[in-house]
Amino acid sequence: MSETPLLDQVPDGPWPSFVREIRKTAEGMEKAKAEGKDVKMPGCAKGLLKQLEISYKDKKTHWKHGGIVSVVGYGGGVIGRYSDLGEEIPEVHHFHTIRVNQPAGWFYTTKALRQLCDAWEKWGSGLTNMHGSTGDFVYLGTKSEHLQPLFEEMMQMDPPFDIGGSGSDLRTPSACMGPALCEFACYDTLDLCYDLTMEYQNELHRPMWPYKFKFKLSGCPNDCVAAKARSDFAIIGTWKDDIQIDQEAVKEYAKWMDIENEVVKLCPTGAITWDGNELKIDNKNCVRCMHCINKMPKALKPGKERGATVCIGAKAPCVEGAIIGWVAIPFIPADKLKERVKEIVEPLWEWWDDEGKFRERVGEFLWRKGMGEFLRVIGQDADVRMIKHPRTNPFMYFEKSELRPSKVVEEHTKRGMKFKTLEREEEEE
Amino acid sequence: MATEKPSWWKTDFGPPKYDLFLPEVVKKNYGKWAYHEVIRPGVIKRVAESGDTVYTIRFGTPRLISIYTIRELCDIADKYCDGHLRWTSRHNVELITTDESKIDDIIKEVQETTGFPCGGTWDAPHAKYGLSNIIHTQGWVHCHTPAIDASGIVKAIMDELYEYFTEMKLPALCRISLACCANMCGAVHASDISIVGIHRTPPLVDDDAVRRMCELPTTAASCPNAAIKVKAKEKTLEVDGEKCMFCGNCYTMCPGMPLFDPENDGAAVLVAGKVSGARHDPELSKVVVPWIPNEPPRWPTLVSTIKKIFLAWANNAKKHERMIEFIERIGWERFFELADLEFSWHLIDDFRVPPFAYASYRVGTNFRW
Ligand code: HEM
Ligand code: HEM
Ligand code: SF4
Ligand code: SF4
Ligand code: SF4
Ligand code: SF4
Repeated sequence: MSETPLLDQVPDGPWPSFVREIRKTAEGMEKAKAEGKDVKMPGCAKGLLKQLEISYKDKKTHWKHGGIVSVVGYGGGVIGRYSDLGEEIPEVHHFHTIRVNQPAGWFYTTKALRQLCDAWEKWGSGLTNMHGSTGDFVYLGTKSEHLQPLFEEMMQMDPPFDIGGSGSDLRTPSACMGPALCEFACYDTLDLCYDLTMEYQNELHRPMWPYKFKFKLSGCPNDCVAAKARSDFAIIGTWKDDIQIDQEAVKEYAKWMDIENEVVKLCPTGAITWDGNELKIDNKNCVRCMHCINKMPKALKPGKERGATVCIGAKAPCVEGAIIGWVAIPFIPADKLKERVKEIVEPLWEWWDDEGKFRERVGEFLWRKGMGEFLRVIGQDADVRMIKHPRTNPFMYFEKSELRPSKVVEEHTKRGMKFKTLEREEEEE
Repeated sequence: MATEKPSWWKTDFGPPKYDLFLPEVVKKNYGKWAYHEVIRPGVIKRVAESGDTVYTIRFGTPRLISIYTIRELCDIADKYCDGHLRWTSRHNVELITTDESKIDDIIKEVQETTGFPCGGTWDAPHAKYGLSNIIHTQGWVHCHTPAIDASGIVKAIMDELYEYFTEMKLPALCRISLACCANMCGAVHASDISIVGIHRTPPLVDDDAVRRMCELPTTAASCPNAAIKVKAKEKTLEVDGEKCMFCGNCYTMCPGMPLFDPENDGAAVLVAGKVSGARHDPELSKVVVPWIPNEPPRWPTLVSTIKKIFLAWANNAKKHERMIEFIERIGWERFFELADLEFSWHLIDDFRVPPFAYASYRVGTNFRW
């Protein structure tokens, strides 16, 4: 009888099977060992199968809390993991993962991937995640004592691979493929992603904040890396001027496409008209949603005045509920992005680091502190594009200078009364 | 410990710069692409202003993949693609070639060696959309807090929806994602259909473990509902079951607060989130099925529920209409009917009192029957 009767049922059906991948690894590692290769953990993948079978039987995980494990000089990037079946299945007693910082846009050469595979055949389980949901290349499962030698091997690869983020630090930034392959890219996502990653290596490798912080970069509002939902700081390409139209190409589409029903009527603001001959866009009324451009990529292009919108605060529901990022900076021109993003994010980090509560994401922190304070900290003017509609309650704080001189104010001041309106200006001074 | 570091020693050197890994044709036409066309499921033709053309050929993977599979993919990329390949944001792999005549061979070889299917693309101009891969997390394969497995459920669902991946016969994009606990490491809170692992019982305090491993005040403070009291004298913690909503935050802080119950852990199903701005603003996903039990290895109840929801949308949505647009047109009352789902009191938000919960209540008397 099979040792894994439940897992044996997983490969049923046409979709590629993770169980098959684990089995293939188990066989490959044993074979490599038999061929005399230096394989430190030949039984690890097989051990994982044993443990998973037990989880499938028990309907629960058998992984324990990770302790803190890392490599010399770094505080993050490794997720410590131990099995609660360590005595029964010593092969997976330690099963730590290493987040390897992926190249922006997930482009690889086979030469680089083979080096990553060779090192992992030697030092780890031979299992990977391509990729983790933050974007890292994930080495799945090794022992504490292998972390350091493996990282040293990564340093010597050509080109070398570094470790990504985990814990309360900057998480590995990730980007859509942008200008590498996509005609919609409104700024260079790969270049900015690389630039931010390099600039903030210290923040990435050494947890130091109340909680994690994520940058994700999409070249246009289609948002192929789901930045608006998954990153504290989403940089989404957009444009300010008119959509570029090639009327001849529109006519080509018109030969087979129902432009009236599929483009004109689906524009959320009714900004498009089509008389069978000319497509007109009321650009004053266009919200840059991308629908018409997606429909007619040969005929329509984003405008020429390009840049990005920054949305702030997105996160999953723990603790205060899920948040989709909201507009913090409506537009930064493409050629100012590197500079401006840093000018905004550094004071934000400093403020959040000083006043944020333990495990409070930036989105929750800003809810607590208010948008007014935030705009002050980052030196940004308020813009009507930041809101769906203006506030529905009148409970506002003003600045001291906005109050008129009055007897009441004098009296409050004399009595040493503190209220937000007065304090706000004190901070300013 | 004054050991001399070797000459190659370095830290904080960052990832390889992306341009080292770009194919020649991509470097040459970087930022100068003119348009793209999906020429068949899985194959996108991209044409540059220079007239240069590349084909990206997309294959679904199980995300958890073996180094031996990666090497097989490398062999194929060496043979046909000058040693270049890339991964996508949804666990798919893409081989890149400038030679149209190689496409059939690439597809055949990838399928024969790895078993990975070609597909996962969508053709907006022709309103023919394929289903992409399910973004997912670790589950029982690697994490300590899951309420459900990840890979096994994804496999069972994708087996059932396979034809929608390899063909393009959906009316619009449909993003499916899965997270194995409420931490939601995947993008499940903004997907057309999502599956989230939930616990239903409070942590079972392990006094001994709490004493050995946990900082009492930080653990108590980690509870969003203030359900944890420090019992200073006994040096342990106590949970107020009335207040606990089973989020697992305390367990993340302290191994002495496990909240696993194999019979009561399970999956909630959410729908109608989205991230792209096309036509409709981004939206959070909303719970439509409160709980489905864990049924390894093939999760039949969960799979059939997902399929019901998926088909209710796929068979009734108009062209380009994503789940949220579809439901806003027909109304939630009709959606529950079409998807054959029961609406129960669990689905009315009572987690937070106003303004958070109130924002989701219907104001006025405009409803459909
Ligand atoms: C309170 C919130 C969260 C907590 C406590 C949390 C905790 C964890 C833990 C413990 C792991 C380790 C899983 C393993 O053993 O490999 C993990 C993995 C991961 N988490 Fe989270 N997580 C949270 C939210 C998120 C969110 C919102 C994202 C992404 C937007 C995310 C992205 C990831 C990624 C990429 C991994 C690597 C494994 C994977 O890809 O599934 N996490 N998280
Ligand atoms: C030139 C046009 C486009 C290109 C080159 C492009 C490229 C990509 C790629 C390569 C992926 C990963 C795909 C996968 O693994 O299945 C992706 C994902 C995605 N794309 Fe696009 N895309 C384009 C247009 C669109 C359009 C028209 C939309 C929406 C209407 C869109 C929204 C998304 C979303 C939401 C994801 C998934 C993000 C996630 O959840 O991880 N993209 N895109
Ligand atoms: S987000 Fe926009 S620019 Fe980036 S790949 Fe998607 S469609 Fe292209
Ligand atoms: S981008 Fe969207 S809003 Fe603007 S014209 Fe096109 S469909 Fe309308
Ligand atoms: S969603 Fe929860 S259980 Fe799944 S990997 Fe993330 S933290 Fe672990
Ligand atoms: S599971 Fe969540 S709600 Fe329950 S006690 Fe722990 S932190 Fe509090």
